[in-house]
Amino acid sequence: MGCSSVEVVIDKKMTEMEVIEELTDGMTIGVGGWGSRRKPMSLIRAIARSNLKDLTIVSYGGPDIGLLCATGKVRKAIYGFVSLDSIPLEPHFRNAKQSGTIETSELDEGAFYLGLLAAAHRMPFYPTRAGLGSDMLEMNPEIKTIESPYKSGDGEKGEELVAIPALNLDVSLIHMNRSDSQGNGQFLGPDLYFDDLFAKAAKRTFMSCEKIVPTEDFLKEGSVHTLKIPRLFVDGVIEAPRGAHFTECPPDYGRDEAFQSEYAASAKDLQSWENFKQKYLETTSHQEYLKVVDSRTQTEENQNG
Amino acid sequence: MADEATIDEICVTAIADGFRGDGEILCNPIGNVPVIAGRLAKATFESAMVMTDTVSVLAANTIPVGDPDAERLVEAWMPYRDLFDIVWSGRRHVVMGASQIDPYGNQNFAAIGDWKKPKAQLLGLRGAPGNLVNHTTSYWIPNHSIRSFVQKVDVVSGPGYDRVSELSDWIQSNHEIRQIVSNLGVLNFSNKEKRMQLVSHHPNVTVEEIISSTGFELLVPDNVKETRKPTEEELKLIREVIDPHDLRKAEFVKK
Repeated sequence: MGCSSVEVVIDKKMTEMEVIEELTDGMTIGVGGWGSRRKPMSLIRAIARSNLKDLTIVSYGGPDIGLLCATGKVRKAIYGFVSLDSIPLEPHFRNAKQSGTIETSELDEGAFYLGLLAAAHRMPFYPTRAGLGSDMLEMNPEIKTIESPYKSGDGEKGEELVAIPALNLDVSLIHMNRSDSQGNGQFLGPDLYFDDLFAKAAKRTFMSCEKIVPTEDFLKEGSVHTLKIPRLFVDGVIEAPRGAHFTECPPDYGRDEAFQSEYAASAKDLQSWENFKQKYLETTSHQEYLKVVDSRTQTEENQNG
Repeated sequence: MADEATIDEICVTAIADGFRGDGEILCNPIGNVPVIAGRLAKATFESAMVMTDTVSVLAANTIPVGDPDAERLVEAWMPYRDLFDIVWSGRRHVVMGASQIDPYGNQNFAAIGDWKKPKAQLLGLRGAPGNLVNHTTSYWIPNHSIRSFVQKVDVVSGPGYDRVSELSDWIQSNHEIRQIVSNLGVLNFSNKEKRMQLVSHHPNVTVEEIISSTGFELLVPDNVKETRKPTEEELKLIREVIDPHDLRKAEFVKK
């Protein structure tokens, strides 16, 4: 059909476990998605099960930050917010913050975007006014202000601006609806969030997806505007159906609110967390995890029936 | 005659009145009661405003709250990245919550206690630092008390007038805290000192009650009015079109 093309022989397919082998202690890891939306949860769970430690997690945070805090993987969290959306406060993150077990860098949401953009453009910083007057600068003493070199009048001082430092990432993890095995990614939902910037801001990016499809099938499901992740920014592709569970991944599936509530409730005390961890995190693979999740739903249905 | 307006509906129209005169900007209230208020203002006296569906598009029609499947007349795509462009353009009026607010409008919803190891971690700074220095902001505080209206906030998420007075002319000319609506009354900063003053008390609330529920000295002019009641048309829109499932009432349940 149509395109008698040059065959692309690149194959970036890999498994969650192979991604873990590429990660090392102390790395700075960016995570795509937004709150409890389209998070690469199969990869996050693989990190939670691993021996990795002292990670810096950079994210518009949701259960990615919460789960990694609860499993002791996080040395520092850099975020615009940490929320589960339908549950506004992420309880596992709150536990970590309130007990002082993690370091944090809390940024204005827009300032966080500029930090990613600066990293993607290999700039040391981008300027903004966000942070002036609030406690953001006191909370982040490493962030400096600069004087604008463009002055409004003769002899006047240039305007003071905040220089948001580049959020340079060792690795980014993102989740797409579709990708091909060469590493091109497609989002089919209402918002890409900042996943393309996470990919561009990182030395290496691993992208999970609901389904790996042949390149020629991309335009069957979405317009050309949905193809925002070109393969030159992607190093590995992991096929993980329902890989964002329990966060939402429209149009493939919505958020599993019942499961999210169970996850949130597990932050209540150590015993609740141990139970949750044993049941859902100590599974050997993403496929095993889904079996446990599904058996839970079936049990509930039987009880309700 | 419709049943008489209840306190939640009086708060809705008070928040809606804050958008008067805004014209063609992004009306961006956050939370059920403010969203109902914004949609009411747009459906009545501020039709030029644009509003999101709280997900990712600007919807031209009046959509009910809490109904993800409601039909949307989409006029533009508004993913989060574009939302920041609107913040920085200044063409936005946001309504946010506040766990604490002080006499100059410094707002905190980040944390209670020392932010390094807080007694209670709340939402974080979120977009407040950028919002306040770029465009108009209002606040909705459903639990007016000496714990929420405090002399000094634990963390400044959104800067108030005293802090902004030390910043650039550009920021000073873009910063505006239009009003604060609480469950007791309406307040603003329309005085030379830019300190919080009482504008109106809601029906069945006394000025004394508001003063004693505020943890600092509130400016109280002689002409404090009663907050207006919604019109018949507004009540019909709130009850039948915008919030048919009474989601607005949840914030008024006594805890």
